[in-house]
Amino acid sequence: MGFASYLLRRLLLLIPVVLGATIVVFAVVHVIPGDPAWSALGFWAGKTQVEEWRKLMRLDEPIHMQYVHWLGDLLRGDLGKSFFTYRPVAEELARRAPITAELSIVALAIGMVVGIPAGMISAVRRDSAYDKMSRFVAVAGFSVPEYFLGMMLILVFAVFLRVLPPGGFATLQESPADNLQFLILPALALGLPIAAVYSRFTRSGMLEILDQDYIRTARAKGLTERLVIYRHALKNALIPIVTIIGMNIGYLMSGAVLIETIFGWPGMGAYLYSGILSRDYPIIQGTVLVIAIVFVLSNLGVDLAYAFLDPRIRFGRE
Amino acid sequence: MTMVSVPKSVSSIGLGEAREIWGYMTRSKSFTIAFAFLVLMVIAAILAPYIAPYDPVEQNVPRLLKTPSFQNLMGTDQFGRDVFSRVLYGARASLSVGFASIAIAATIGILLGMIGAYRGGLADTAVMRFMDIMFAFPSVVLAIAIMAALGPGLLNVILVVVFISIPQFARMARSTIITEKEKPYVVAIRGTGASTLRIIFQHLLPNSMAPTIVQSTIMMAWAILTESALSFLGVGIRPPTPSWGWMLNDGRAYLITGQWWLILFPGLAITLTVLALNFVGDILRDAFDPRVRRRGKIL
Repeated sequence: MGFASYLLRRLLLLIPVVLGATIVVFAVVHVIPGDPAWSALGFWAGKTQVEEWRKLMRLDEPIHMQYVHWLGDLLRGDLGKSFFTYRPVAEELARRAPITAELSIVALAIGMVVGIPAGMISAVRRDSAYDKMSRFVAVAGFSVPEYFLGMMLILVFAVFLRVLPPGGFATLQESPADNLQFLILPALALGLPIAAVYSRFTRSGMLEILDQDYIRTARAKGLTERLVIYRHALKNALIPIVTIIGMNIGYLMSGAVLIETIFGWPGMGAYLYSGILSRDYPIIQGTVLVIAIVFVLSNLGVDLAYAFLDPRIRFGRE
Repeated sequence: MTMVSVPKSVSSIGLGEAREIWGYMTRSKSFTIAFAFLVLMVIAAILAPYIAPYDPVEQNVPRLLKTPSFQNLMGTDQFGRDVFSRVLYGARASLSVGFASIAIAATIGILLGMIGAYRGGLADTAVMRFMDIMFAFPSVVLAIAIMAALGPGLLNVILVVVFISIPQFARMARSTIITEKEKPYVVAIRGTGASTLRIIFQHLLPNSMAPTIVQSTIMMAWAILTESALSFLGVGIRPPTPSWGWMLNDGRAYLITGQWWLILFPGLAITLTVLALNFVGDILRDAFDPRVRRRGKIL
């Protein structure tokens, strides 16, 4: 089966998953007891006011019709309006998505730049003091809650050393220098735990590869250790690492909620948090759905890249 | 979410092997330290009312935001409450979420996965499609959304963590059973006319214990992280019940003014507990794998 039909099949398989995700998202808000009218209008709202509002938000219809309407709006790119500001959720998400993307990409880059070499050295110097240290640091790295790490970074670099701002944001267009200054701490807080994961996977991947016959052959034919490691081992050891990127995307999305909140970084995560605080259901619904779609698509991308990189994976076969 | 690779072939663990496994684990210094730490945390959680020097919710206005001292080992918070006592009591919330939710989720998840794998057909398809949908969400984001709708509370946190962890266990159980059920011994037992239930409970279930224990340990670490993240965001455990995540949320307001003890101690409590669970999980995985165990090199 060719790549095109494989891709098509994978995309078709996504449809039921995404449709299922919309049902879950919808159910979270609508099936669970509690009337959003009270949270939107406040405790003192009058009965007629509540009824009018419910009509406006189409909450007076039967539940399946509400879902159909919501899905219809969704297909037109309409995620509804905020209960409080009445600003369209889709517009707000479009504005905030690049802001979250910037933070996530830089965090991912930090994770790779720190984690891959750390894991590689660990594998090459197996069971050395460095290896033991770096393995411990790696487990510690993904055990620490990213928001705790973020607050400790603020404490050290913003409060005690006063070298970086404790939070805030400037767009890249306004001032690249300010943008960078605000970016460093949140990106580190998100990126260092990722580095820990990369270092672990790189180490175990390298160790497996270094045991293989072709590495012995490479050594036997007199290649320098450097060449063996870089040209032969690392290249193949990195292939499985592509799959972790998929895991990272989910982590980055969850981490964004916490880290953006702490650092005042106005991305999708902070938006979701503001929606939660004010029980603004359209915001919660819309953001979670967009996150799920990004997550599913990036996982598909990772699968495709993996299949592409490793010729042993046959397209079209499970 | 943490992915766990499980030992490829697992056989029923006999007494001799159990001794060998325990021997392997206790030879590892990091296992011994991590395990001892976890035991200590459980004891602290159970005996909190007897160990804690102060009432964790009692306010003491004259002693607000005091730095750590002999009187208050970890200082006091913005209401003059003793941080050390609160950290001790916080262990109760975190550990009970960890234990309770993972025990429930493992039971349900494994049953679902087994039924799916053993029965195949429609049951399997239904279970697996549901799992696919659950995997479409980054787990913490889904947890936050559900908690936002349900409202805070210990029981709700457990419910949400159970709901989200079920697919992990189901998937693991399913893959174990699918490989196990075609093995000659199972085919032979089936040939003797044993019932499906008997095959599942007497043969397949014991044989999937090893990966389950490893998975549970790692998932418990995840559950504790999730509980603290939810509480930190204000949708987890309801105050004034002390919870590490909520303490961090409290401490956030005093970050800029430099009251570091409000953050450091609850944060360390979470990190060390999760770290210890991850270490135990790691070493358990190696210990259950005969190939690794007999090679003998450990951290």
